[in-house]
Amino acid sequence: MKNTLNLTGRNLYDLDDYSVEEIETIFETAKVMKEINKRDYKKIPTLRGKTVVTLFFEDSTRTRISFELAAKRLSADVVSFTSAGSSVKKGEGIQDTVYTLNAMGVDLYIVRHSCPGVPKLVNKYSGKPVLNAGDGRHAHPTQALLDMFSIWEKKGSLKGLKIAIVGDILHSRVVRSNLIGMKKMGANVVVCGPRTLMPPKIDEVYGAQCVYDLDTAIKDADVVMALRMQLERQTEGLFPGLSEFTNRYGLSKKVIRSAKGDVLIMHPGPMNRGVEILPEVADSDHSIIIEQVTNGVAIRMALLFLILGGKPEREVA
Amino acid sequence: MILLKDGQVYLSDKKKFEKADVLIDKKIVKKIAPNIEESKAEIIDCTDKHIFPGFVDLHCHLRDPGYTYKEDIATGAVSAAKGGFTSICCMPNTNPVIDNVSTLNYLMRKARDVGKTKIFAIGAMSKGLEGKEIANIASLVKGGVVGLSDDGNCIQNAKLQLNVMRYGSIYDIPMICHSEDYSLSGDGQVNYGYESTKLGLPGIPTLAEEIMVSRDIMLADVTGTHVHIAHVSTKRTVELVKQAKKEGIRVTAEVTPHHLVLTEKACEDYNTNTKMKPPLRSEQDRQALIEGVLDRTIDVIATDHAPHSDYEKELEFIKAPFGVIGFESAFPVVYTELVKKGIISLELLIDKMTARPAEIIKRDVGLLTEGGSADITIIDLDESYIFDEDEILSKSKNSPFIGKEMSGRILYTICDGKFTWKKA
Amino acid sequence: MHKKRKILDEKEMERILKRLANEVIEKNKGCKDLYIVGIHTRGVPLAHRIAEYIEKFEDEKIHVGSLDITLYRDDLSSIEHQPVIQDSILNFDIEGKKILLVDDVLNTGRTARAALNAILDYGRPGSIQFLVIIDRGNRELPIQADFVGKYVPTSKDEIIQIQLKETDNADNVLIYEKNEES
Ligand SMILES: [Zn+2]
Repeated sequence: MKNTLNLTGRNLYDLDDYSVEEIETIFETAKVMKEINKRDYKKIPTLRGKTVVTLFFEDSTRTRISFELAAKRLSADVVSFTSAGSSVKKGEGIQDTVYTLNAMGVDLYIVRHSCPGVPKLVNKYSGKPVLNAGDGRHAHPTQALLDMFSIWEKKGSLKGLKIAIVGDILHSRVVRSNLIGMKKMGANVVVCGPRTLMPPKIDEVYGAQCVYDLDTAIKDADVVMALRMQLERQTEGLFPGLSEFTNRYGLSKKVIRSAKGDVLIMHPGPMNRGVEILPEVADSDHSIIIEQVTNGVAIRMALLFLILGGKPEREVA
Repeated sequence: MILLKDGQVYLSDKKKFEKADVLIDKKIVKKIAPNIEESKAEIIDCTDKHIFPGFVDLHCHLRDPGYTYKEDIATGAVSAAKGGFTSICCMPNTNPVIDNVSTLNYLMRKARDVGKTKIFAIGAMSKGLEGKEIANIASLVKGGVVGLSDDGNCIQNAKLQLNVMRYGSIYDIPMICHSEDYSLSGDGQVNYGYESTKLGLPGIPTLAEEIMVSRDIMLADVTGTHVHIAHVSTKRTVELVKQAKKEGIRVTAEVTPHHLVLTEKACEDYNTNTKMKPPLRSEQDRQALIEGVLDRTIDVIATDHAPHSDYEKELEFIKAPFGVIGFESAFPVVYTELVKKGIISLELLIDKMTARPAEIIKRDVGLLTEGGSADITIIDLDESYIFDEDEILSKSKNSPFIGKEMSGRILYTICDGKFTWKKA
Repeated sequence: MHKKRKILDEKEMERILKRLANEVIEKNKGCKDLYIVGIHTRGVPLAHRIAEYIEKFEDEKIHVGSLDITLYRDDLSSIEHQPVIQDSILNFDIEGKKILLVDDVLNTGRTARAALNAILDYGRPGSIQFLVIIDRGNRELPIQADFVGKYVPTSKDEIIQIQLKETDNADNVLIYEKNEES
């Protein structure tokens, strides 16, 4: 029997180069990790002696903590490198930063940057596996995996589900990764938001349905996900203001009435309560927003384990 | 004397090829005829080779003065010679800007000293390329510039652009317009469309170019000035220029080799050597550009040779500067992708790289005729090779064509009767 | 092909399992507070069988759990394929309990070491005992089993293969030479 799965040593830039089978392996592994996270003693020795660096050129405390916790629970050593107060601000380029860290013996890089494509660049300079923790508006694959895992856990599968993603689609890396992943897992994804916040050709690129009114998007949906709305889009002239946005696209009780009875409400966080999602929805029984955060640690543990544990595959008889 | 034997010679007056010998005496082409005998001449066997007029580039950046870590006049001239160019026109976005006679004189003097390639200067339209005040156009023209341009920048203020054209119209030199509406291009990095969505990069819509092209065509119409649209990249721009020409407006246009052969798809790997302005567009746009070349809406193929150093291009995609080098790949790339595949004729390509650009700058170059100046390039069209980074002679290596296979090896370049490039 | 030799057949296996069940009862003076945990993969069905015998002999219900020790191995980077983790199921509180770990073969002792670490992460049992069907020697760590079905001293070039009805449709223990090419 040939073991075709191999995640060891792989990069995770985005989900396009991961197969359905591989994504399912990540989910199965995350399930085990989730159990570990429920123990009183939440640490296992798996990655003892491995060094992982979180290389964050853009601040995101939540994501960084989730990754660091994941690595620590697997007993890896974690170094945290954020651009604030570091030499990056003094004009040291990515290349030198990575060369320096590499010289210190880093086994895996977790990279966050405001510019798309930087994770690839870090791999080019380091030769080590890289986990993309968000690159500009391009991709945020671990977020997408945890979103999909959260759905998969509740629904058993993503096949045939109607998933509506609502809000600022244009600036969202979460959407892009989710579109690739969810499509792969057989879901029907509908994106919805103001036309000025919709990237061009999104249907052509991702095979997603694109609608501009919320009612169509949420009708009979199995999952509805709200995205964070940023106020600065107003000054960029992309939409008139938060109150009009909330009226047209904010998730209110209406969503729960119009979607399927067992609809799941999601949000990648951090939430603007009362803007893209109203408290009545965020705190309802349908909401799995808090569980998404829990699952984030499990998914990241699973990835670290699968990528850093074991060595490159040879045919196994 | 140099005698080129048995080559396929492009005769500029007839616009076609004939098998002949070419005799060069000092700076002049003395004779083009079959079976020339001349015992005192150095003989170059050109059997199965093509002999073209030296190429003329209407659009390049030599970075000198000010940015000589990217390129300087000497390395630029050598790189151009290797690409088969004997005449090049350099843009004024140097430091200081070529908006005054003393900088212009520096450039002209250094160009003369280097000698390799005929270098023509393009002067600034606005002082410091700042788009606020008209540059000293009269002095620049007197100093010998062949055109005016704020290239790299674009005057956003329509009134200033109108005044530049009005003021400059009496000198009968082309106003070379880099047409870009900044409010639309913004922080865009790649074409607004499929790839900007896929790559998560801010996009530059085709509209950013087209709106300004419309404006510049209208201004050409109103002022009667010759407007030359630089680096056309979109389908609608081709249509706008075509229509303007039909209406008798004095408009010409150029396209770069990279816009003719590459599309936005080339950006997929975040290779900063695919980042330029205007950006690589869709396949539909590319097809329209080829159509424009064929129906003569687009007059010229120009390199927009824009060197940037390694460490500038070895950056995050968003931080890397726009622009790619072009001298050394221009002819082989277009020859391989368009001529060899039977899309355009070799004669048309030569016309757009020699006679047409020379006509636009009104200089007596780019023609291979008896009695004309001995600016010649000799090419083996059949030789295929990999475009190798290590062989690039420009100071900068930012080419999207590195590692690509191409045909058409430039064997010799002769400028004013002297060899400026010999393939070892 | 390499030559296979059968060391135990179905009948002998059954006899050994019954004997081991009795030894466990004898040593623990019954089966109060005894929890049996099988180590994935073949330790799990074996744990269930031992438990069945004990239940039959003592007429008392025995809890059985399973343990996947992949995450505790110290040789992950020398495993040649992607490790597949199975669920560990311990539906009981192990605090202060007697835990009987069950595995098919005891060889280097590394699996047992990993299993000990894994079980200790769930809590602090009163004691841990270890039961294996085959002890083939070759220890690399100072680990011994409390209950051994059969000692089969082997060289490192030999392979012991345990087949079980639950996983392989038959109960057998085979021994054969490592094939150079395989
Ligand atoms: Zn330009």
